[in-house]
Amino acid sequence: MNTLVPLIVMIPLLGAATALVLGRRRQLQIGVSVLSLVSVVAISTVLLVLVDIHGTAVIEIGGWQPPWGIVLVVDRLSAIMVLISALMLLGVLLFAVGQGIVDGDRDAPVSIFHPTYLVLGAGLFNAFIAGDLFNMYVGFEMLLSASYVLLTLGGTGARIRVGVTYIVVSLVSSILFLAAIALVYGATGTVTMALLAERIPALPGDVQLILGLLLLLAFSVKAAVFPLSFWLPDSYPTAPAPVTAVFAGLLTKVGVYAILRTQTLMFPDSPLQVPLLIVAGLTLLVGIMGALAQADIKRMLSFTLVSHIGYLMLGIAIGTPLAIAATIYYVVHHITVQTTLFLTAGLIERTGGTTSLSRLGGLLKSAPFVAGIFFLGALNLGGIPPFSGFLGKLALFQAGVASGGVLIYILIAAGALTSLLTLYALARAWNMAFWRPKKQLANYSSAMSASLQEDPQDEGEVLTKKLSPLMIGATSAMLLLTLGLTVFAGPIFEYTARAAADIQNPSTYIVAVFPNGTP
Amino acid sequence: MSASLTLVVLMAVMYAAGVYIMLERSLTRVLIGFLLVGNATNLLIFIMSGRPGSSPIVTGSSLDDTMVDPLPQVLMLTAIVINFGVTALLLALIYRSWWLAQLGDEGDTLTDEHAAETEESAEETFRSTNEDEDALQASLDESESNESDTLDSLDANPPTGSMPRVPGEGGRR
Repeated sequence: MNTLVPLIVMIPLLGAATALVLGRRRQLQIGVSVLSLVSVVAISTVLLVLVDIHGTAVIEIGGWQPPWGIVLVVDRLSAIMVLISALMLLGVLLFAVGQGIVDGDRDAPVSIFHPTYLVLGAGLFNAFIAGDLFNMYVGFEMLLSASYVLLTLGGTGARIRVGVTYIVVSLVSSILFLAAIALVYGATGTVTMALLAERIPALPGDVQLILGLLLLLAFSVKAAVFPLSFWLPDSYPTAPAPVTAVFAGLLTKVGVYAILRTQTLMFPDSPLQVPLLIVAGLTLLVGIMGALAQADIKRMLSFTLVSHIGYLMLGIAIGTPLAIAATIYYVVHHITVQTTLFLTAGLIERTGGTTSLSRLGGLLKSAPFVAGIFFLGALNLGGIPPFSGFLGKLALFQAGVASGGVLIYILIAAGALTSLLTLYALARAWNMAFWRPKKQLANYSSAMSASLQEDPQDEGEVLTKKLSPLMIGATSAMLLLTLGLTVFAGPIFEYTARAAADIQNPSTYIVAVFPNGTP
Repeated sequence: MSASLTLVVLMAVMYAAGVYIMLERSLTRVLIGFLLVGNATNLLIFIMSGRPGSSPIVTGSSLDDTMVDPLPQVLMLTAIVINFGVTALLLALIYRSWWLAQLGDEGDTLTDEHAAETEESAEETFRSTNEDEDALQASLDESESNESDTLDSLDANPPTGSMPRVPGEGGRR
């Protein structure tokens, strides 16, 4: 079982190298990328099952034992994160291939896209299975460097402009992370997480607080937690649709994963619950207020993305086993549904020619299938029963009620309000883009559209393009996956409960890495 | 753990200067700020390795107590490599953004004309240089004592500077 672990990172990296060499043979290149991701999906499925049965899988790279060597650790949390990200990467890759086929590849430089995309995947997987902080930093840097290239694909003015903001913000957060690692090493003499889990709680309280806050700050920029989320709604929507979908689904969740991992493993008795709760509430409300004002579907979805990070922070702040289980379930739900919705926005952009609500109309008639996908995705994100969005929020709220406290009750109210407002924003988008007949488009006035703000980058052009069956197929497969999360919510939630029990009990992790006791 | 005060002060100054420069509008300054802050962080990692000592090379089987801790140096090396790569990417982006700012959105469509212009000016330069060389040869043949005059005439007609070559469109193959 352990020998499978490094393959998760190696296969995408080798695939990236091969895809780079095959830059001029497009068909082969596509084949290599799809094959790499399909094998990662297969391997991570096997790993998920094995880890669930036999417990955490650990491998020492190069045979060097920790704390001298690097360890890769796959526990239940890592396994499910790797599997769901591999599935998302595969779905979005198929979407991008479909789009490339229709466009004749003039819009995106495919020879660079595939290798970069695979490096992004490798960095993502590496961050999820890293057993020491510095390796996690390397994983972050891999995925960030790849994301810099993907965001500025083609080098148009708009993309360079937002790309620079995104890159500078990411660099600052990376440097914070690195400085935090340096201080952690200075305080404890190790960067292996299993050892840190033992040594950090033994430190004086104020040192713990400084280290915990620094790490939290670095990861919060990546996870787009308010007030560190300002960069996200401007940068994500500018990228090509498949790239935005991957960024929205996965990149912020790596930050959430890192917060979840470090806070539970190294800072189990952190005194930060109240500040975290306040930040979670502000993220929920400020994010959704932003979404209400957007006329552009992609920008609106970016704001809901920021807003729903608040639910995850709420779960982490409550910190009971039930809350952590609900958070993991919600992460999985949110990754799939957000990616699906962004891909649907890509479909809307192509059939409707724009993503601005003030210029869309009559799509229900012209693209009924896209309408169906958007409708189901919107209900799911908005938290309508019986979808997974509802189940995740319900579990979070139940965990909150069980834990008690005035602040948590306020947070639950804010969460419920956010859920309703999300539904309002998405229902309005549905009404205006799909339900409204096209001939009403001129001189349309309604209370719903009065407060809408256009995208500042929008140049007002309407340019429709063809859809390919592969694009629609990939999007509907993702939608089916979100529905699967609803249908199989019972077993999945049981799994996340076991994963939560694992990470709530750091000794499981420590024993897995150091079976003969810590040095 | 003991640390060198010089290094700590240097790190603090680099952090302060780096953050200050990063807040400027100009992208080149942001890059310089990033370099300063990045290297200040490398220094921080270095400071965390504790007291100075002998080089961490194990000879034979005995560990030397005066050895420095090698791990922070390894971390630094990795961080330096990563910073280097990101800096290269940022420089490319800055150049691209400068290019777009110079020619606006039409920068890309101008490419062909501009390339033709560059070619023309290059040919012109070659031709004038050839003429100059011919003239030089002629004057050399004529009289060796007039050499300084010929050089003056060369200076009066310097080769025309040409714009840097237009870059291909981003990563488009």
